[in-house]
Amino acid sequence: MNKMIKYILADILKNKIVIAYTLVLLVLSFSIFTFEDNATKGVLSLLNLLLFIVPLVSVIFSTIYLYNSSEFIELLVSQPLKRKSIWMSMFFGLASALCLAFLIGVGIPVLLFAAFTPGFILVGCGLILSIIFVSIALWAGVRIRDKAKGIGLAIMLWLYFALLFDALVLFMLFQFADYPIEKGMVAVSMLNPIDISRILVLLQVDISAMMGYTGAIFRNFFGTGMGMGITALVLLLWTLIPVWFSVRYFKTKDL
Amino acid sequence: MIHLDHISKKFGKFKALNNINLTFEKGECLALIGPNGCGKTTLIKSILGMVIPSEGNIQFDGKDIKNDWSYREKIGYMPQIGRYPENMTIGQVLNMMKDIRKVPENKLDLEVAELFEIDGLLDKKMSTLSGGTRQKVSACLAFMFDPKVLILDEPTAGLDPVSVELLKEKILREKAKNKLIIITSHVLSELDDLVTQVVYMFEGRVAFHKSLQQLKMDTGEGKLSKAIAHIMMNQQKQMHYQE
Repeated sequence: MNKMIKYILADILKNKIVIAYTLVLLVLSFSIFTFEDNATKGVLSLLNLLLFIVPLVSVIFSTIYLYNSSEFIELLVSQPLKRKSIWMSMFFGLASALCLAFLIGVGIPVLLFAAFTPGFILVGCGLILSIIFVSIALWAGVRIRDKAKGIGLAIMLWLYFALLFDALVLFMLFQFADYPIEKGMVAVSMLNPIDISRILVLLQVDISAMMGYTGAIFRNFFGTGMGMGITALVLLLWTLIPVWFSVRYFKTKDL
Repeated sequence: MIHLDHISKKFGKFKALNNINLTFEKGECLALIGPNGCGKTTLIKSILGMVIPSEGNIQFDGKDIKNDWSYREKIGYMPQIGRYPENMTIGQVLNMMKDIRKVPENKLDLEVAELFEIDGLLDKKMSTLSGGTRQKVSACLAFMFDPKVLILDEPTAGLDPVSVELLKEKILREKAKNKLIIITSHVLSELDDLVTQVVYMFEGRVAFHKSLQQLKMDTGEGKLSKAIAHIMMNQQKQMHYQE
């Protein structure tokens, strides 16, 4: 399995898109941190950008890579190798390549300009989001045989997590404004890893004071050790569940 | 050595394989023949575990291949259309397979690579290769690890006449080593001096499984191609009567 990861990782790191992604992240982070005189404000601006870019690039790049390596996967399946380890190597290869790109592109500027808790939380969330969206891409890629449909599904999933989900939540908020739904909001936010990341970073900066009563509830929940433990567990489930389903499906897939 | 027990495979409503029972022993050289779309490649892919049968089980050396992967060490497979990572060179693909199979360098069988002069092409990217060269790489990989079982799906398609002869001679040498060889081909005249057994498939079923001698005796023809033509004609007549 290590050998397969080695080949896959070497192949991805040679890919021009990953190199471009790293450079774009680097340029974005450096320019934001040099324009903003306040590091906290810099982290917030960067957060809003990253929450769009990281999931988008992770999910779409992974799906396309998966379809482009269908020959490679077919070749490996006819060899004395476990299907599970072939698929997990794809997952680890993609996840570690994208995490590496993110660490270089965002980790280095954060270390230089914003080496304090919100900055580190931002980097941590970016890494977790990269892995989660690779995992989601694997699930989409294994279920759908047609390349165009598969990439379409990946884009739809990204659209859902990045935009539609928030619109739905906002809609619900207005509909049920007269009811005490603040605690429910914490639970609902767990359904979207992008929202969890946003809340985690926002709570680290003083801006959460401006979020009113809901902000206070969030602070009460995420501020405690218990709340953080649950959040970490939920993020872990978000990485494991899609990849687990995709492995289960891949084991009996006809190639 | 390989035993298929009541194998069926459905793709949606289409039955690609329908209740197949076959046993292959070592030392046999087997021709898998049938019209297009009769399930030959699906059958081969089921043996390799690339297609999972809907029903029935397959045994390799007495062990069920379901959830097993190590048995594939003993198989060399040459696919009908060799699909390789397009951005790798021939050399990289060969090295990767050696690395994955973990066979020491001195136990490799590089005869096919020498015959086809692959050494001069090592730096060529897979995406630039012609169908014939691709076929040569596939052949090279199938024979390289000296497997006990060789599964060759249309091995001569796309090869030039010289390479076809070289490959046939190589297959004969492997046959002499008491290996099991399974070949599918549409060029029946090529199979005549290679095979000992014939499996004829029709619409997902095994129409018959006979030794070549028996087949020739039954049909009264001296050549495999004639014998098969004889059978196909009879089949058509039968279908005609039924209608």
